[in-house]
Amino acid sequence: MERSDMEALTNSIKSASNHFPLFPMPAYYLEALTVTLGLILLMAEAFVPSKSKSWVGVFAAIGLGGILLLIPLAIGPDAKPDAGWAAWPLWNFYQFDSLARFYKIFALITTLLVVLMSIDYRKILARYTDHPGSENGTGEFYALPVFACAGMMWLASAKDLAGAFVALELITVTFYILVAYMRRNVGSLEAGVKYLILGALSTGFLVYGIAWVYGSTGTMSLAAMPSSISNLQSPIPLLFGIALVMVGLAFKIGAVPMHIWIPDVYQGAPTPVTAFLSVGSKAAGFILLVRFLEPFLASEFTRGPVLKLLIILSIATLLFGNLAAIPQTNFKRLLAYSSIAHAGFLLLALAAGSSGTDAALGSVQVVSLYLATYLIITLAVFFMLAQVRIQREGEDISDFNGLGQTNPTFAMALTILLAALAGVPLTAGFIGKFFVFTLAVDAGMWAGVGIAFIAAGTGFYYYLKVVRAMWWSAPGDRPAVFLPTISKTCVVVLTAATLVFGVWPQPILALLR
Amino acid sequence: MLALIVALPLLAAIAVMLGTPARQTSIAAAGANLALGLWAAFSWENSFWNFSVPVLEKPALNLSFGMQDGISAVMIALSVLVTLAATLNARAPVGREKLYYSSILLIAAGAIGAFASTDLFFFYAFHELALIPTFLMIGILGRGDRKQIAWKITIYLGLGSIVLLAGLVWLANLAGTFDIPTMVAAARDGTLVIDPATQKSIAALLIVGFGSLVSLFPMHSWAAPAYASAPAPVAMLHAGVLKKFGLYGLIRVALPIVPEGMQAWLGVLLVLLLGNLLWCGMVTISQKRFDNMLGSASVMHMGYIFLGIAAVVSNPHNTLGIPAAVLLMFAHGVSVALLFGLADRIERATGTLDFADLGGLAKSAPALAFTVGFAAFTAMGLTVSANFVGEVFVFLSAFQQYTPATGLTPLQIVCIFAIWGVVISAVYMLRAFHGMFHGPPVEATRNAPDLTLADRIPALLLAIPLLCVGLYPNLLLNLIR
Repeated sequence: MERSDMEALTNSIKSASNHFPLFPMPAYYLEALTVTLGLILLMAEAFVPSKSKSWVGVFAAIGLGGILLLIPLAIGPDAKPDAGWAAWPLWNFYQFDSLARFYKIFALITTLLVVLMSIDYRKILARYTDHPGSENGTGEFYALPVFACAGMMWLASAKDLAGAFVALELITVTFYILVAYMRRNVGSLEAGVKYLILGALSTGFLVYGIAWVYGSTGTMSLAAMPSSISNLQSPIPLLFGIALVMVGLAFKIGAVPMHIWIPDVYQGAPTPVTAFLSVGSKAAGFILLVRFLEPFLASEFTRGPVLKLLIILSIATLLFGNLAAIPQTNFKRLLAYSSIAHAGFLLLALAAGSSGTDAALGSVQVVSLYLATYLIITLAVFFMLAQVRIQREGEDISDFNGLGQTNPTFAMALTILLAALAGVPLTAGFIGKFFVFTLAVDAGMWAGVGIAFIAAGTGFYYYLKVVRAMWWSAPGDRPAVFLPTISKTCVVVLTAATLVFGVWPQPILALLR
Repeated sequence: MLALIVALPLLAAIAVMLGTPARQTSIAAAGANLALGLWAAFSWENSFWNFSVPVLEKPALNLSFGMQDGISAVMIALSVLVTLAATLNARAPVGREKLYYSSILLIAAGAIGAFASTDLFFFYAFHELALIPTFLMIGILGRGDRKQIAWKITIYLGLGSIVLLAGLVWLANLAGTFDIPTMVAAARDGTLVIDPATQKSIAALLIVGFGSLVSLFPMHSWAAPAYASAPAPVAMLHAGVLKKFGLYGLIRVALPIVPEGMQAWLGVLLVLLLGNLLWCGMVTISQKRFDNMLGSASVMHMGYIFLGIAAVVSNPHNTLGIPAAVLLMFAHGVSVALLFGLADRIERATGTLDFADLGGLAKSAPALAFTVGFAAFTAMGLTVSANFVGEVFVFLSAFQQYTPATGLTPLQIVCIFAIWGVVISAVYMLRAFHGMFHGPPVEATRNAPDLTLADRIPALLLAIPLLCVGLYPNLLLNLIR
């Protein structure tokens, strides 16, 4: 990637996002509002009667929706050029370009859907927190995701390693609580401990890496990084730091070799938290990775080794995620491995290191597009999984047996979604994979292309195992599954979106410019 | 307006899933589509049929349908014809009507969409769309060892599609566009230059990818069991229409854009197509059930079409190869659909398709015997049938550039061997016909009912075009030229 290309791209992104709303507000109000919402929910929770704590969830969803509506009003430092505005010191830590806006929308939608999912999941939550009849212990469950959301939104705008680290920890610490939330459930507790220990380890890597980067470049600011890199005598200490940070981030995005926690934590955590982890946390990891690597990919000094590291991570992740998914019999665990596999595809897109041309998408755009489609499909699947878990008391693939007979519409929707996860054309899942392949072929990464194709083929096999269970096996004495109103609405909307964006992906990309 | 022909079965499939009367909706949609499709095919030059909506700005992707030439027109005519026949022939098990009819319609929509697409992305995507209901129908409602067979076809065609995707993506990256006509034009006028080594690699991916979708030897072993197991309409649609996508793709994409790459593989292609004709021909003779035999025969007949393509590969100035291949694609598609439909009818009448359990059907069901006889003779390539014209043209195309001074090229030697395929077809078709219809009636066939009006309509729908094209091949050749 040429420097000038990179600059041209950033400029075009900036000029395109240079709209001016009627009632402008500084972009960081969004995070402030989100945190305020979380605090209000925590306090209000005390006054909600213990029978119906799910009202907290309803308020959280309404609040998040309101913040989502405010996004068009947000403006960054470049939007208003008067002297005092752009010189506001916070802008040294905070940027607001189209990418930041995209990931803020992403975080808000994810959290909104996770909160809605939690409302329909309250029965299980109640059973494993207080006692089945009372929702006493469940109120905070709706407020905590809002804080994680604020962290994700801040991360999208991070411009400084210190700020990014704090935002990331806000997300991680919230997840420590959420994963272990069902305190009377051994699986959830085990998941919580595993996540805590491995999370702390990865944080260690991250901080140590940031220290090395700071030590060799003398700056925490990603914007100032290019000029300090060009003054380096040897890139070795910097590369060491970058490698450490990437190991830390590999934990967040679920890439090999820091993937060990994923299957156990995904399986043990409450289903809405698993969904949040696999979509929100992964996207947060990727936006940070994109922001962090941007200056290093732009410099000839570091570009080669960083790309090499990315392609190695990607191939290892693709191979492990897909091959380990094959023998799984638990659907939630299968989704955990599938989430590792998807991280492999996303890393492959980054490894192509393309900044895009007039006729082709760049790596960052493809990653964002892929994550957006992944959000839609994965959350819909989790909505359905959560209800199967509640009504059929299990999450094994065999618990999906015969759904084609008992619930044809449900089974049809899940078939479409799983096909989309596998990357069947004319679904949103194919669009993402297609552009990853295009990037990889264009960059001439034949090893990556070969592995990715094998990975995609394997995906067909293990996703279709669930389809097979639904359509080819008899239900036995398993009951039909009924989707509550909220879940049903979300599943219908998300499935429709999967099909529409599979043919017409332009709206997602329009958000990126 | 071609989008209408693609959308109609799609919308009907959705309507069926939502609960409209399945059979009536499907027949109405397929009937309307037949009218529209034939109209479109015979006026393909009219720009009225073109349709394009941008779905992505960067890279430019368009959901665009259009007839690039008469080849698309013939394929669309074939698709709508077989779709209606398959729908009329459908007998859904009680309680599974929704799945059954919506799958048929989805397969049809995917096939028509693939043949009508002028954008590489959707060209590929629509074909894949059609494969999913095929897998599901075999897996859920197939006969015999259905789960095993469904896995087999899924793995073969899934891997084939992935290899194909690699080739197509590579091609699109080199060309910088997804628009097939633009790509072909650029390759023709020299603005798109691909070096020979790259051409060779792309051609290899395309041959393996498209080839496994058309059951090119040795990637053919999924086909016969899948067709034998699939419900009759699915076998009709897949063997008759969807499978032709691979051949269509080779003609549409591989031949014009990577001609040198294809030429590099000519020798391999010739050996493989002989594998289809002679090896699979022998396998066909040894079959003991009518449906297995038909599935195997349809694999074998792909060899002739590949021969027509090989003639063009060996010499790009060959003017006969492509019309011959397309004519034969149409003829084979219609005749194999007719045969699968009739095989289903025989099974419904007698409860078996084992040659050992059948005999003397001609006495109890003379009209059925006549129709099967007609279809069998057509498939053998007897005169006055479209298949005959197609096969003769294929053989002629191989000898179009023959000069006695230089002697026989490998293509022509292969062609001489390929002509023996006609004898092989005659052997198995006549044996099958004799075994099922001649001799004294046996227990299964004694009270077999003859064709009713409802059986005759789909049969006539397919038989009449075969006869018409056989008597007057210009009907299609005028379109292709």
